[in-house]
Amino acid sequence: MTKIYMDHNATTPVHPNVLKAMLPFLETEYGNASSMHSFGRAAREAVEEARGKVAGLIGPCEPADIVFTSGGTESDNFAVKGAAHALKKKGKHIITSKIEHHAILSPCEFLEKEGYEITYTPVDEYGVVDPQALKNAVRDDTILISVMFANNETGTIQPVEEIAEIAHSKGILFHTDAVQAVGKVPINAEKMGIDLLSMSAHKIYGPKGIGAIYINKKAKITPFIQGGHHERNRRAGTENVPGIAGLGKACELAKSDLESESVRLTALRDRLWNGISANVKDVKLNGHPRKRLSNTLNVSFKYIEGESILLNLDLKGIAASSGSACTSGSLEPSHVLKAMGVDAAVSQGSVRFSLGRANTEKDIDIVVREIPPIIKKLRDMSPLYDSGTRG
Amino acid sequence: MEPYSKTVMQHFMNPHNVGEIKDADGVGNVGNPVCGDILRIYLKIENEKIIDAKFKTFGCGAAIATSSMVTDLVIGKTVEEALKISNKAVAEALGGLPPIKMHCSMLAEEALKSAIEDYMKKKK
Repeated sequence: MTKIYMDHNATTPVHPNVLKAMLPFLETEYGNASSMHSFGRAAREAVEEARGKVAGLIGPCEPADIVFTSGGTESDNFAVKGAAHALKKKGKHIITSKIEHHAILSPCEFLEKEGYEITYTPVDEYGVVDPQALKNAVRDDTILISVMFANNETGTIQPVEEIAEIAHSKGILFHTDAVQAVGKVPINAEKMGIDLLSMSAHKIYGPKGIGAIYINKKAKITPFIQGGHHERNRRAGTENVPGIAGLGKACELAKSDLESESVRLTALRDRLWNGISANVKDVKLNGHPRKRLSNTLNVSFKYIEGESILLNLDLKGIAASSGSACTSGSLEPSHVLKAMGVDAAVSQGSVRFSLGRANTEKDIDIVVREIPPIIKKLRDMSPLYDSGTRG
Repeated sequence: MEPYSKTVMQHFMNPHNVGEIKDADGVGNVGNPVCGDILRIYLKIENEKIIDAKFKTFGCGAAIATSSMVTDLVIGKTVEEALKISNKAVAEALGGLPPIKMHCSMLAEEALKSAIEDYMKKKK
């Protein structure tokens, strides 16, 4: 059985060239980038080269504004808590959206316990944040606006520049969790008015456990991890040199292939949706029809539940996900689809296909062929299907 | 997530007793779409003995497998015996369930009890 991986928003395989870029720093170039000897200098050189490549993908922006972290979750925590703590004398109000990843929502809940106030702005039926509603939520004591660049579950892209403008007109810091967007859509952090940006390597064919945060030099946030003087006192801890080298390479590859992959994946994504909707009745596309990541398709199969679809797909060698991988252990329907006003039962039947480099037209056609009998089998078992069809 | 047992997967892939009983003597309906599972169990009862059971389920792999198993377990039992079937017995018969899926076995027990209650009410 050929296996088909369509869960690239959860994670991606390490690209062979990324692995090749990492290996020397696991084998012979094992120095600590803080050491002054030749081993250390080789490691330092690799770290700075990678920093330049990261800055290139989300810019060009100042390499000095890039700080390496352990990944997207740490970058998000750093941004939200770091901004909150640095600016607490100015105010204790933060605006974010209802559709953020838990790496933003959980730190926000934590800050609420510390006496901060958080406003969660709504989204429309396509999952787009309404800039006007966000603007109305701004107060004199608002210190941070954090809205994701693109949503992990639906792929919907947010009006980031518009939101950044609102933030800056009021002198408020703007952070964006761009973990899903980096490498998939062109980003220029400086031009777009982004003060803080989170990103992760393993979503763009880099290794797990490494990521970065862009901190515009005008933005001062309180360090999150204390220790040595690494990363210009912004993030302590011996640099993960192999990881950083991998992230750098991944950014370089993402930049050079961004345009061609985006065109290719958009065609595959739409082929998948057209194939599904032509062969299965009562399906719903969740997310914006156009303003969406080129690789993401979130579909609700009405009257049935997502996990039972995924298990069946898995038995056919097809890997997809329901909700986000991080929340699939929970019983609650997706908070993202809920915020979009999707009915609970329809939300439970959602499946996310997220495509990537290895996927081909043939893969899409196999998936389109395998889905209808699975849906039929599950619907025949569903008590909702009778009521749905018989009135 | 913790993987499902072999027995759970067998019942999920080839569930027993799927369907409806048109002239059922008792029907039990539990759960709601917000929690992600809806179980409906139909019982055919003669002389206080369950001679047939069918189910319709909206839910995850565990919900479908527990529906299949609980209907298997009740067929041939008296009403009194069926009332003693616990959620634990269903889960054990399936070779165990991942902890976060134990609520599915609770739903199976509740659906069965609700079907029997429906039968008792109709009998009166």
